[in-house]
Amino acid sequence: MPTEPLLTVEGVSLAIRGNPILQEVSLQVSSGKIVALIGPNGAGKSTLVRVVLGLLQPERGRVWRKPGVRIGYMPQRLAVDETLPLTARRFITLGMPASRERVQEVLAEVGAARVLDTPVQAISGGEMQRVMLARALLREPDLLVLDEPIQGVDLNGQYELYDLIGDLRRQRGCGILMVSHELHLVMAATDHVLCLNRHVCCSGHPEHVARDPAYLQLFGIDGARRLAVYHHHHNHRHDLHGTVVAEDAPVPALSTIDEEEGLSHRLENQKAHG
Amino acid sequence: MDDFLIRAMLGGFGVALAAGPLGTFVVWRRMAYFGDTLAHSGLLGVVLGIVLNVNPQLGVVAACLLVALILVLLQRQRRLAADTLLGILAHATLSLGLVALAFMETVRVDLVGYLFGDILAINNTDLYWIWGGALLALGALAWLWRPLLAATVHEELAQVEGVPTFPIRVAFMALIAMVIAVAMKVVGILLITSLLIIPAAAARRFARSPEGMAVLASGFGCAAVGSGLWASLRWDTPAGPSVVVAATALFVLGFLVPNRSRRNT
Repeated sequence: MPTEPLLTVEGVSLAIRGNPILQEVSLQVSSGKIVALIGPNGAGKSTLVRVVLGLLQPERGRVWRKPGVRIGYMPQRLAVDETLPLTARRFITLGMPASRERVQEVLAEVGAARVLDTPVQAISGGEMQRVMLARALLREPDLLVLDEPIQGVDLNGQYELYDLIGDLRRQRGCGILMVSHELHLVMAATDHVLCLNRHVCCSGHPEHVARDPAYLQLFGIDGARRLAVYHHHHNHRHDLHGTVVAEDAPVPALSTIDEEEGLSHRLENQKAHG
Repeated sequence: MDDFLIRAMLGGFGVALAAGPLGTFVVWRRMAYFGDTLAHSGLLGVVLGIVLNVNPQLGVVAACLLVALILVLLQRQRRLAADTLLGILAHATLSLGLVALAFMETVRVDLVGYLFGDILAINNTDLYWIWGGALLALGALAWLWRPLLAATVHEELAQVEGVPTFPIRVAFMALIAMVIAVAMKVVGILLITSLLIIPAAAARRFARSPEGMAVLASGFGCAAVGSGLWASLRWDTPAGPSVVVAATALFVLGFLVPNRSRRNT
C-alpha cells in the first residue's frame, strides 16, 4: 500500500480571541491510510479541520499539502434553506459539473442512488451524509476530510457508513482524515488515532491509544470501555499505568478491566461471525 | 397608451427582470434585512450625487457600496449581533440623508418621490439607466451564478472546492447596490426590498430548480408592475405602493393554487 504523505501538519498553534484553541498540533495523513481525530466537544477538532483545509491560517506552525492534492470535504452539518429548490443531483454537481450518469454512478457507490432527483430538504439525515460523501467523491479526491460523518445517523447506519468509508479507502486508495466524538466505532478501520484536547494528548495505533492514560483521563472509563470493543492485544495489561488513571478518572478496578476485555472478546467473536 | 405610461411600464419591467433573480439569492441567503439597510442609505447617496454634481444613481451605488463595506468590517467584531448592526445602519443612514437634504436649501428635491418612487415620471434618460443597470446586473449574475449558488448552499464547502467566496460575496453586494440604484425611481427607497423579496417568495411554490425560481421571480415581478400600474391608473392610487400591493396579492394568490410540487418529509 502506498504511504506517500498527502498532508503534514507541524506544530500548529492557534488562538481565537486570546483563547488558545490549538497548541503545537502535528499530524500526517498518507494515501491509503485512515487517520481518526477524536476528542471531546470544544477540543478544537473542527478548528483543526479548518486549518487542514486552508480555511484558517495558523498563528504558528506549518501546514503542508502535497502539490496538486485534490481534497474532498464533507462538512459536519449541512442544511439547505427550505426556500432553495435543489435536488440531490444539483447539490452534488455544485461542487463540480458532471453528467447525470456520472452523478448516478457516484451516488450508487455510496448506496444512495434512489435520491438522485429528490429535493435535498426531503432527504433523511443518513442519506444526506451519503449525498455529501458523493459530492466529495465526484472530485476524485486524493484526500477525504470527513467532519463527523456519522453524526445524526442511527446505529445501523453508522456501521454501514464506516464500512463504506473503509471500502472507499480500499478501492480508491485515498487518504482519509476523519473527525469523530463517537469513539467505539472509529477504531475498526482506523490506522492511526489522534486524541485531541487542544493539544495532542496521545496518538498512535488504536489499541495503543486506547491504553494510554491520557486517553483514559480524557474520556473516562465509560468512553474507554466502549472503545475496548476493538482491542486486539491483551498482553500489556501491566502497561495500563493504573496509578495515573486512578488520580482523575473513576478508578478502573482490575476486575473491571478484565470484564471489559472479556466483553471485547465476545464482541469481536460476534462481529467475526456476524 | 400615453408615452409616460409606456416609459413607466418599460422602466418597471427592467427593474423587475433584474430584481427577480437577484431577489431569489436575497431570499436563499436570508439577506432581506441587509437589502433593506442598503436601500435606506440610498437617500444619502442622492445627496452625495447632488453635492458631487453627478447622477444621483451613481451616488446611490456609491453610498450602498460604502454601507456594505462598513457592514462587512463591522461584522468582524462580535460584540453586536448582525441584525442590531443592520438596524443601526439602516436608520442612521436614512436619517443622515434626511438631515443632509434639509441643509441643502438651494436644491429642491422631491423627497416623497425618492422615498416611495415616481414611476410615472420616468424619462428617457432614466430608462437608459434602468435598462443599462438591469442588463449589466443580469449579465453579471449569470456569470456568477454557479459559484454564488455553491457559496449560498455552504460557504466553506464551496471554498474548499475552489470558489473564491469573499470576492463573490462582495460582487453580490455590489449587484444589490446596483439594483437598488435603478429601482429607486420605480418603487422608492423604502419599498425596494419588496421587489427583491416578494416575487422570489411567490415563485418558490412553483419552482423545482434554482434557475426556474429565478425566471419565475422575474415573471411575477413584471406581472406585479403591470397590474400595479393598471390599478394605480384605475383607482388613482400612488404607483410605487400599488406595484408592491400587486406583488403581495400575487404572492397570496399563489397559495390558492394547489401545490403540485409534492414534497412530504
